[in-house]
Amino acid sequence: MSDHQHEHDYDHSELSETELRVRALESILTEKGYVDPAALDVLIETYEKKVGPRNGARVVARAWSNPQFKAWLMRDANAAIASVGYAGRQGEHMTVVENTPERHNMVVCTLCSCYPWPVLGLPPVWYKSAPYRSRAVVDPRGVLRDFGVALPAQTEIRVWDSTSEVRYLVLPMRPAGTEGWSEEQLAELVTRDSMIGTGLPKKSDEIAR
Amino acid sequence: MNGVHDMGGMHGFGPVVPEQDEPPFHAAWERRAFALTLAMAMPGGWNLDMSRSARESLPPAEYLASSYYEIWIAALEKLMLERGLITPDEVAAGRVLHPAKKGARTLSPDDVANVLYRGAPTGREPSAPARFRIGDRVRTRNMHPATHTRLPRYVRGHVGEIELTHGCHVFADAHAAGRGEEPQWLYTVRFEGRELWGAGSDPRVSVSVDAWESYLEPA
Repeated sequence: MSDHQHEHDYDHSELSETELRVRALESILTEKGYVDPAALDVLIETYEKKVGPRNGARVVARAWSNPQFKAWLMRDANAAIASVGYAGRQGEHMTVVENTPERHNMVVCTLCSCYPWPVLGLPPVWYKSAPYRSRAVVDPRGVLRDFGVALPAQTEIRVWDSTSEVRYLVLPMRPAGTEGWSEEQLAELVTRDSMIGTGLPKKSDEIAR
Repeated sequence: MNGVHDMGGMHGFGPVVPEQDEPPFHAAWERRAFALTLAMAMPGGWNLDMSRSARESLPPAEYLASSYYEIWIAALEKLMLERGLITPDEVAAGRVLHPAKKGARTLSPDDVANVLYRGAPTGREPSAPARFRIGDRVRTRNMHPATHTRLPRYVRGHVGEIELTHGCHVFADAHAAGRGEEPQWLYTVRFEGRELWGAGSDPRVSVSVDAWESYLEPA
């Protein structure tokens, strides 16, 4: 209890110090004319409200519904994704990797935090953390267990370390029992983690249709 | 550089702990730190490889003890100090003490959407044919530059197979060092888990990195 309390207080004072530092920096940079605070607001709003994993879910749902779109997505991911409306920073060079019954794909950036922003938004804290970056390449099955995912032992695991400006998106397998579903319904099954490869899509009975 | 940022294969960091319904930011200052970092690239004139280099060259203990956006802010200060956009006494005082550097361009709110949509593509026209083809066996160089590189330690000196080619791309190592783009062919190289981690490794695991041509030699 006391340890926990101490840790909590420590975190709190660190946060305040950082908060003051960032605030001072913003006011210096604004006064010097290097930044326009209104532009900062637009940047924040973009990644807090507009760009996120629902984008990627729409791409995946379209690939599940439309074999021609899927073939295009696998061949020229940038063009196919742009046709759904997503492009730009941290998604300039997209490659889509497909899960099959034999092979499961998982994406990491061991060196920093490379992540396909236009389709997934900003990366979650765990993706940028030392535990994930250190273990994904040496013990991917163990990492999957941390996420509650157990794959058959014979399933091949393919890990993609994002060391260049190429960004990887996992195309998960379409869940059983979803024949005839609309793209909008299918998109509801697609989780962020299923597009990173640390999770699987929801099952057909996990959502209300 | 052989820094603590190069974490692939390290032990002891514990389990991955996902957060349910995680928000994009966890504090108001994280929003501002994120946006300041993106917005300052225009007046600052640095590229993304320089930003990464600044982050990973923080002192190792500081890097490991800092949260993600604390690293961003520390690196942003470093980049600005190096270029004289701000000065150490201004950082200490928390206010402006010297005139702004002349000629710096400012990101306007109206430009944000376009700048994000354009991004910063790194593909370039090749000036020479590719040295390797899909299926070729290659060995990554046993190299240890003290400066920025994108070849992680855990794959150095190992044999893998070219799985994808991506055309020519701006070479991160040169770009981070301010040497210009020096575009090179870029490949995805796949390694068997056992090649990287030894006989005890799961035989059904393989790992790839994206590697510029100069990282590779024929195997």
